[in-house]
Amino acid sequence: MSAVIETSGLIKHYGTVTAVERLDLEVEEGDLYGFLGPNGSGKSTTVRMLLGLVFPSAGRIRVLGRDMPAEGGAVLPGIGAIVEEPGFYGHLSGARNLALIEAARRDDTRAGRRRRIGDAIDKVGLEGAARRPVKAYSTGMKQRLAIAAVLLRRPRLVILDEPTNGLDPQGIHEIRDLLRELVTHGTTVFLSSHLLGEVELICNRAAIMSDGRLLAQGDVSQLLAPTGRVRVETPDVGAAVELAPSIGGVTVHDRTPSAVVLALDGKAPEELNRVLVEKGVRVRELVIERRRLEDLFLDLTGHQTADRSAPSEGNRDSAAG
Amino acid sequence: MLRVELYKLIVRPRTWLIIAVLTGLPAVVGILLKVTGVAPRPGTGPPLLAEVLSNGSLFPVAALGLVLPLFLPVAVAMVGGEAVAGEAAGGTLRYLLIRPVSRGYLLLTKLATVSIFVVLAVLVIAGVGFIVGASLFGVHPLATVSGQTVPAQDATLRIFVAVVFAMVSMLGVAAIALFASVLTDSPVGAGLGAIAVLVCSEVLDLLDAAAVLKPYLPTHYWLSFVDIFRFPILWHNVTRGFLIQGVYILIFLGAAWARFSTKDITS
Repeated sequence: MSAVIETSGLIKHYGTVTAVERLDLEVEEGDLYGFLGPNGSGKSTTVRMLLGLVFPSAGRIRVLGRDMPAEGGAVLPGIGAIVEEPGFYGHLSGARNLALIEAARRDDTRAGRRRRIGDAIDKVGLEGAARRPVKAYSTGMKQRLAIAAVLLRRPRLVILDEPTNGLDPQGIHEIRDLLRELVTHGTTVFLSSHLLGEVELICNRAAIMSDGRLLAQGDVSQLLAPTGRVRVETPDVGAAVELAPSIGGVTVHDRTPSAVVLALDGKAPEELNRVLVEKGVRVRELVIERRRLEDLFLDLTGHQTADRSAPSEGNRDSAAG
Repeated sequence: MLRVELYKLIVRPRTWLIIAVLTGLPAVVGILLKVTGVAPRPGTGPPLLAEVLSNGSLFPVAALGLVLPLFLPVAVAMVGGEAVAGEAAGGTLRYLLIRPVSRGYLLLTKLATVSIFVVLAVLVIAGVGFIVGASLFGVHPLATVSGQTVPAQDATLRIFVAVVFAMVSMLGVAAIALFASVLTDSPVGAGLGAIAVLVCSEVLDLLDAAAVLKPYLPTHYWLSFVDIFRFPILWHNVTRGFLIQGVYILIFLGAAWARFSTKDITS
């Protein structure tokens, strides 16, 4: 495992505004890395610095083992990226746009190039529209074409900024599968997004930014570590609440008419379950409570919202939306 | 990369629309001259137009004289201003740069493309001018502005030098427009900026109080190619014109490179 992206003390000022403040990122080879943050948190500036589009005010960036932006010419051919909206020439067809991108490469025959373009277009499901001018594409189709352009390069590192914007649920699902597939083939993916559910679903590592600062970075499984609480769905909430203090260390954290959230204080959940059932509490469901990325995110970024104590299906939907 | 840029230039209908309009105007003027036979009085009107009535082979140069003061520079400023700012506005600049195309190379390619547009436009104007002139007024031995007749070979050479002079003058405009193009993300703004520089230059050029500045203004020697058709050729202003444009090209390209190579691409 070696670092594919490494920044240390990365700072960017625009005039008097600080967009990025002492950022230390580390993305390992094979990571599907989620880069989270609200709008205006410095995500896009960071992505642009990784790609050599914006010059850092201070600090160091290494991508694919080389310095950026100094060695951009050697680094960038190994990267496929979508930076905010896709950019194509609207009056040219999708296939022609890809051909213009490919024309910069000298390492292939004309036939091989055509086949690669065809393959990439098939892969993102644009076969029927390849000959139409891009200005007639929908947002989702442009996004797919941008992804085709990324695949065309067979990159070692893929950097995506909000790749599922404007896609329908089917499209989002396909992109997700595509990213997983890329990672299985050894590509490292850096996914900048504000869609927490998406990151939670597919990423193995994540970082959270706010106001230009890095608030957290680590394995998603660790960031989403169990809270030490369980949620017990039961028709006998009253009995469960009464019983709780008698089970060593267990306290009631929260209760609703149909469920109770218990803080375990180290007690094994299965042990709790046994006691509850033996004492006649009918347990419908017992769930180990985990922090959701959304909770962590809102905690860290300081935007507190009401009732984030328990995971629920409604919560899951809004996070994935 | 240059092939890609040329392809983009050639498939754009706009390129051909501009050239069509640029060649259309002289053609209309030619026909009006032929039909009415009314030439501008000596010393007035566009350069060399009066001479065209007696010799169609001067018409290519007269055609350039018609579009050079205003029309052609505006077209070059718009195309040059679009070069980088147009990519920025269309959201394609960032993708070009991460393709990767180095910034210096991108700028050079854009310059080459704009230059090729200039050459193409000037050649088409001159070519169509020749066809129009020859068919309307016939080809005769060239009589210079000073009255002598010169052999055909010499005349061809003079016309060639005049066409090159017009190209270089327009390359100066292209360099200014390219500089404007890296300053802003608005292609129209960049084009207008370059035009504004030219308008200032023209205004100062008319002002007697600005006499000291005149020899250094980018537009001052534009129409000096008339001197190429004197006998003997008055090289002074022509040479100055070439030199001044060379200096402007160097300065503005240098400035464009300095700005573009350190610019944060936020478009």
